[in-house]
Amino acid sequence: MRIHFKTSYEHDIRLFPDRWSFGVYAALLILAVLLPFLIGEFYLGEVTNVLIWAIAGLGLMLLTGQTGQASLGHAAFLAVGCYANTILIEQGVPFIIAFPLAGVITGLVGVVIAIPVLRLHGIYLAIATIALSILADDIIVLLEPWTGGVSGKFPEVINIFGFEIERWTMPTRFYYLVLVVTVVCTLFYRNLLRSPLGRAFAAVRDSEVSATAMGVHIARTKGTAFGLSCMITGWAGALMGYYAGTFNNETFSLVISITLLMMIVIGGLGSIHGAFFGAVVVAFLPQALSIGKDLFIGGSVAIPGLETGVFGLILILFILFEPMGIYGRWMKIRIWFELFPFARKDMFKRQKSYLKTERLR
Amino acid sequence: MSLLEIRNATLKFGGVVAVNDLSFSVEEGEVYAIVGPNGAGKSTVFNLISRFYEPFAGSFQFDGGNLLDCKADEVADLGIARTFQNIELFDHATVLQNLLVGRHRHRKSNLVEELFFAPRVRREEHAHREAVEEVIDFLDLQPYRDKMIAGLPYGVRKVVELGRALASGPRLLLLDEPASGLSVEETQDMRWWIDDIRKQMGITVLMVEHDMGLVSSVSDRVLALADGAKLAEGTPAEVQSNPAVIEAYLGAGAA
Repeated sequence: MRIHFKTSYEHDIRLFPDRWSFGVYAALLILAVLLPFLIGEFYLGEVTNVLIWAIAGLGLMLLTGQTGQASLGHAAFLAVGCYANTILIEQGVPFIIAFPLAGVITGLVGVVIAIPVLRLHGIYLAIATIALSILADDIIVLLEPWTGGVSGKFPEVINIFGFEIERWTMPTRFYYLVLVVTVVCTLFYRNLLRSPLGRAFAAVRDSEVSATAMGVHIARTKGTAFGLSCMITGWAGALMGYYAGTFNNETFSLVISITLLMMIVIGGLGSIHGAFFGAVVVAFLPQALSIGKDLFIGGSVAIPGLETGVFGLILILFILFEPMGIYGRWMKIRIWFELFPFARKDMFKRQKSYLKTERLR
Repeated sequence: MSLLEIRNATLKFGGVVAVNDLSFSVEEGEVYAIVGPNGAGKSTVFNLISRFYEPFAGSFQFDGGNLLDCKADEVADLGIARTFQNIELFDHATVLQNLLVGRHRHRKSNLVEELFFAPRVRREEHAHREAVEEVIDFLDLQPYRDKMIAGLPYGVRKVVELGRALASGPRLLLLDEPASGLSVEETQDMRWWIDDIRKQMGITVLMVEHDMGLVSSVSDRVLALADGAKLAEGTPAEVQSNPAVIEAYLGAGAA
């Protein structure tokens, strides 16, 4: 078992607790950079898809895992990011400005929506955000002159100072673009976690009453969380647009919202790892299912609803047996090995928690 | 001038008068205790000072300023920190992170600086940790620094909550039943801490407490409440021997 002897405040603050974990993540990054040379174009495309989902997952994780506000409306923000990016580029804004701006615009839209919506709690918040998902569809149709309505839009080839990136003809370049955005978003998330705002998010999640007593402005903090979450989601949306090659009002449907939420629950709420684990499941499950179907039943048989059914089953099993998600399971396995042979069976059993102060509202 | 001055405070919930025309003042540097039977309105007074409740009438002055001009989240900025009767910690965070939330009112960095973890954020994180480390030393919390709250025993949580309030660097500390549920030794520790908080740190303490042993050993003045109104005020000995107080606690005829 590794024990961290902290000898300065930097031990707490820096990104990696020790050389070993720095080495692990550095190796992971090097592997990610070398990946195009190791696997074929099809699989590189799939990995790109995983990373895009992971970015969207990070966005929702910030809101749901970190600040404790559920949202079933994040597909709408994927759409805002995607359309904002495409429209800006059509207006002649270079990609290098349009892409970050698309995220910022999505964030601002998120803040405006958050002001009324975040007055709701729990299940009511989830229902209100479902409405966002459904509304987005209609609004895209209504704004046809800008959005292209039902016929949709095709994103232009990305051009960064003459350097062209296109998903189908140059998958390697597109992969690197997505990788850079993923690393930047992960860094943003980590930086937030180790600064006062990230702690305020967790404070709001765990106890609004005492967060207020410590000087945290609840509404402002939630609004900031929503805005940041939407910003990251907007970037994921813009990348999804490029990945799909075409999109219309039905691309970012309620199903995408639900998939996103399921993804972070399966991955493990409240952790960066969880977003990535969940993304792997979401992106590879359809492929794994179709391969499995080919093997066992035969490719010609169509089973409607197979994918959603299996997905739902996985979610139920996770909530019943591993509420901490894949990340939680991974931690348990790791700790079991670290403590071997001293791990006890009930080590992770939830302790009885004590009465909360009578709710003030 | 008193540090905290409350005049004619009244609060009603429907037909129930929770606080009835209550006036008292807390002087700078003293330990002031509020006692009273269950439902007397002690915690309600705290929630009024924290601005969780809006009083029907009355004036609340803190250090010469009007407390009623503040919202609940601005009270901390004035230098008023509090604990809760049924521990309200951030369960899914470590002790250190909990104490650091206590430093939130000293946050100077903005969103963009924090996203990029600018040098200023790093500098402030160091300063916050220095302040928090003093509290950890003071309350002997070193063994628990990186432990999750969810796995800590009750007595330690109680101390962590005190620590979180202290970490904010308050002028007035509101302690809602600091010794409830603590063992004899833990209560003894709490007594030394409250003494030191007042003497070493110069922080004024206002506390609600049932343990009369603790109250009489640390507090300078005691206020006895019953049904939201003032029953008696004075030194611990005076209040304890007051016939009205004995009657409220034990019933008529016991005196």
